Amino acid sequence: MANEMMYQRDVYGKTLVELGKEDNDIVVLDADLSGSTRTSFFAEEFPERFFNFGVAEQSMMASAAGIASCGKTVFASTFAMFATGRAWDQVRNSICYSRLNVKIVATHAGVTVGPDGATHQALEDIALMRVIPNMTVIVPCDGPQTRDAVIAAAKIKGPVYIRLGRSKVPTIEGKGHFLLGRPEVLRQGKDVLIIACGLMTHFACEAHQVLLSEGIGAAVVNIHTIKPLDNSFIEKLDKETKGIVVCEEHSVIGGLGCAVEEITAGYGLGIPVMRVGVKNCFGQSGEPNDLLKEYNLQAADIIKMAKQVLK
Amino acid sequence: MDVKQLQDKANLMRRYVIQMLEKAGSGHPGGSLSSADIVTCLFFKVMRHRPDEPEWPDRDRFHLSKGHCCPIVYAALAECGYFPKDELNHLRKLGALLQGHPDVHIPGISVASGSLGQGLSVALGMALAARLDKRDYRVYCVMGDGEIQEGNIWEAAMGCAHYKLDNVCAVLDYNGFQIDGRVEEVMGIEPIVDKWKAFGWNVIFIDGHDIAQILKAFKDAAGFKGKPTIIIAKTIKGKNVSFMENVVDFHGRAPTKEEAEIALKELADGK
Repeated sequence: MANEMMYQRDVYGKTLVELGKEDNDIVVLDADLSGSTRTSFFAEEFPERFFNFGVAEQSMMASAAGIASCGKTVFASTFAMFATGRAWDQVRNSICYSRLNVKIVATHAGVTVGPDGATHQALEDIALMRVIPNMTVIVPCDGPQTRDAVIAAAKIKGPVYIRLGRSKVPTIEGKGHFLLGRPEVLRQGKDVLIIACGLMTHFACEAHQVLLSEGIGAAVVNIHTIKPLDNSFIEKLDKETKGIVVCEEHSVIGGLGCAVEEITAGYGLGIPVMRVGVKNCFGQSGEPNDLLKEYNLQAADIIKMAKQVLK
Repeated sequence: MDVKQLQDKANLMRRYVIQMLEKAGSGHPGGSLSSADIVTCLFFKVMRHRPDEPEWPDRDRFHLSKGHCCPIVYAALAECGYFPKDELNHLRKLGALLQGHPDVHIPGISVASGSLGQGLSVALGMALAARLDKRDYRVYCVMGDGEIQEGNIWEAAMGCAHYKLDNVCAVLDYNGFQIDGRVEEVMGIEPIVDKWKAFGWNVIFIDGHDIAQILKAFKDAAGFKGKPTIIIAKTIKGKNVSFMENVVDFHGRAPTKEEAEIALKELADGK
């Protein structure tokens, strides 16, 4: 099955232009990475509504709050590391506490940043954004979902964090209509439930296929909206399902895995939850595919974990 | 309002600050009193605003970057009629409108502040929005002197100058003290005029308690084109309360009942 490969950030840039044409109140900010984040597409089309802040992420985020307070829908982009790490206080206090209409769309999240190495591979950003009140957190799994997420973010009032990667990702076929906050069942199966976001969703579907050939039924649910997290997938959990595997290109601490565990533990389900993610360590330089292998972020790792949870 | 009336109003605002903080039992009198004349001039003379329409799109923006000095702003907002004066009696109490630092539930506050260093960037954003919407409102941002030790301030200083935001008027309440002591001993900020000039700003240095100088500075700032303006206002921390003036302890300590009584008497006599 050949899936079309796309850069999520290309899709983001094009979607911004689309939005900019429809709505004069869309304003876009970047911090010297507009070529990489693709906000440059918007800058070319609407130079008067694009502002480069230079390498000053803190100023960009606080200014985003100021612009949004005057009725604009502000998209602010840079790498995930700097958007969520460097400027966390500005995001929390100026944007989220004031519940302002700022959409932080960060690219270059996860180890698939590649050769730039650990300093540029945000593995903590979901945790950092998820913990802030008023913040909505979306991790799109592919190109088309990126477009849906960006449009959905523009439509709601209030702060949103959208996490994108640097590398091309395969498009997942057969997804239904995107609904913000609604997890989507991509594959059916009763033995084990695989939950995934971002790039890992594709590997989860691959794992489903392999497990199926071995007689194991693995459901695959894509949770693109990590906050607010829809609990209904727990209520709908099949009685025969013996365990859950959560997959994310993020630290196993504080991300989607933890968010799912907060629900399963809170419901007292007693169902084992295992996590495929980066295990409390920093990344390193390397090619994206080699890094995914190095940090056990492949379909094979999901399969292994699924079998373990079934034991 | 003329100079004398503004002076009296500023001292009335100071009395509100003392009363509020005594009732609250905590808060920041020193920087509230030092910035009282500046804030009073802005709210009662300089700024274009409508207390009965806090979100009026053409209003001049006021952003208190040094959010801990909100008592003086709350006093001005209440006096203008943004909310009932009784709210001042509940500052910092559970469930109260008036939080320990400004937040957006308070009429007249459009962006929260208190985590220092962010306000000038917020003002920058408001000024860019004015340009986009072709509105002629001005953006006033009051900063503390200790506050400008924050790196974000200098990012914003660069940004305002880069975008030639002459609709931004920053005010530095230069009272010389921060929590841990004298600014020059904790982390020196001099030469402050040269620094802002080097960052591309129009700099006006004034006595921040001389109403005529304050009004002239705001007028000159409004007339200056092509660059943002910063008014560096030399002030006295705890101004007009003898035992608070230049006393670092009163940066972040509320007056006791007895102290408040003396302070209120001094402020009434000084009128």
